Parts: sequence; structure tokens; C-alpha cells
Amino acid sequence: MAMSRDQIFGQVQEVLVDALGVDDDEVTPEATLMGDLGAESIDFLDIVFRLEKAFEMKIPREELFPAESLMNSPEFVNNGKLTETGLAELRNKMPYIELGAFANDPDINKLGDLFTVGVIVSYVESKLNAA
Amino acid sequence: MRWIWIDKFVEFKSGESAVAIKNVTLAEEHLHDHFPGFPVMPETLMIEAMAQTSGILVGQAKNFQEKVILAKVKKAVFYDYVKPGDTIQLEAKIESIAAEAASTSGRIRLGEKLIAEIDLMFSHIDQNLAGKKFPEENFVFTQTFKSLLQGVLVDNAGSGTTKSEQN
Repeated sequence: MAMSRDQIFGQVQEVLVDALGVDDDEVTPEATLMGDLGAESIDFLDIVFRLEKAFEMKIPREELFPAESLMNSPEFVNNGKLTETGLAELRNKMPYIELGAFANDPDINKLGDLFTVGVIVSYVESKLNAA
Repeated sequence: MRWIWIDKFVEFKSGESAVAIKNVTLAEEHLHDHFPGFPVMPETLMIEAMAQTSGILVGQAKNFQEKVILAKVKKAVFYDYVKPGDTIQLEAKIESIAAEAASTSGRIRLGEKLIAEIDLMFSHIDQNLAGKKFPEENFVFTQTFKSLLQGVLVDNAGSGTTKSEQN
């Protein structure tokens, strides 16, 4: 099961090329799924299904893309921004995500920008290591 | 009433795969325009036929409790023409199914010949995360649609039982 990060990236890249109809050189670790690669909501499920097959693992959708459940809770979102509790929840659910500047201005419209190709690679990596 | 674009199911394995057939006839008006003097089944309508075959397969897997909507055409590759008089065979398979959605793969054949490969994605729209509400009644799977399963599925209300009855 020992896969290097490069190997994981290679397979993730292939999944995203197939799921989103993009070129492989567009799928860089920094590329955002929605902004750069044009993913829509149904694509996230497509990506989850394809990752499950590629890496032979079960991926609870909420685990990889918890943004939507965060956004539907008043406890986590107030006035279009994530609350402290919301930010804590996000860090808790996705420890490998780098919040960076988002933590200072947690506007939910920018939440999508956190979901990059690199985040998927990190997620798969953490999942494989845990197995 | 809903529009039905396949003729019948010849095989139905609940939650796994299904095979339907469609007879193509020159009585279909659009074939006279597509194209004059050279009638061939439009590829978009091959996708529709596969969407109905796969969609019913996906719907039956959850006993028709979900509203199953075509959400994405993942792949559609066509290798040959389909002409009036042809009987095409639509083979659909569930690749993944979850609470919110399902993905399917499909092939269309004419006899032994591969005509098309069509992979689709369906959404169970009541499970959408935006929490949007849709009408109570299942406007996707009407009785007309379910009647397609008569003789292939024992209980056409969708008990999940399968039967390979040929007569």
C-alpha cells in the first residue's frame, strides 16, 4: 500500500482529467477544483466515485468535501462567514488543509478556493497511511 | 405523461445491470430530417435511450423511492450508425451508488457490433445538499415507466426480486 505522494498525485491527476475533461497540465497541485478546473457540485460526487475505484477505498463524501455540511449550519456560519466554531470544525475535519489567509477572512464564498488538487492528494495520502 | 424511448427490458439484475432494447423505425418523424435520404438515429437520442435504461436501473435499486435525474454525461463515444429497421441493445451497469447519486456505464450494440459507449451520472435530487425541496410525488417514475419492467421484474412496484422469465 506504500505509495509515494508523486504516485498518488499521478492517479489523482488522471481521475480529474477524466472527471472534468481538463488537460493534465492544468491539473497542478495548486489548481482549485471549482475556480481553475470548473468543477460543479455533481462533479464532486463523480470525483469521489472515481477515487474510490482508483485507490480501492471507501470515501464518505462528507469526509473529503465537508464544505456543504458546514455551510448549512447556523452554528458554523454567520453573516456569510465561518464562525470560530466553524473554522475549528473545518480544521478538525480536514487537518491537512492549509487555511492560510482564509482564516483571517473566512468568507464562505471563498471556501471553494480551499479545495485544491493538492488537498485531494493529501486526503488520499492520509487515508492510505491510516489503512 | 412521460416520454418513453425504449421498448422493453430483456434482462434486469436489481442493483447491478440491465439490458433493454429499442426498435428503430422510419415511422419516427425526426429520421426524415436526420437526414433527408440518409436516415440515422441521432446520437443525442441514443444518450436518451441509455439514460432511460440506466435511470430505471438506478431507480429500481432504491425501490423507486428516489427521484433520479440525469446529472452528467461522463462519456459518450459513437462508433457506428443506427438505421431504421435496426434493433439496438442497451446494456447498462451500475458502477457506484451512494445516498446522493449513482454512476453507470453503458454500451449500445447492434447484434455483435459495438455502436456506442455511454457513461452517465444520476443525482437523487431529494438528497441534494443544498436542501432544496421538490414535489412529494415521484414525477420521475410514473406507472408508465414502471410498466416497462413487467415480465422482467416479478413485482413491478420494485420489490427488488429478479426473474429471468422469458415467456
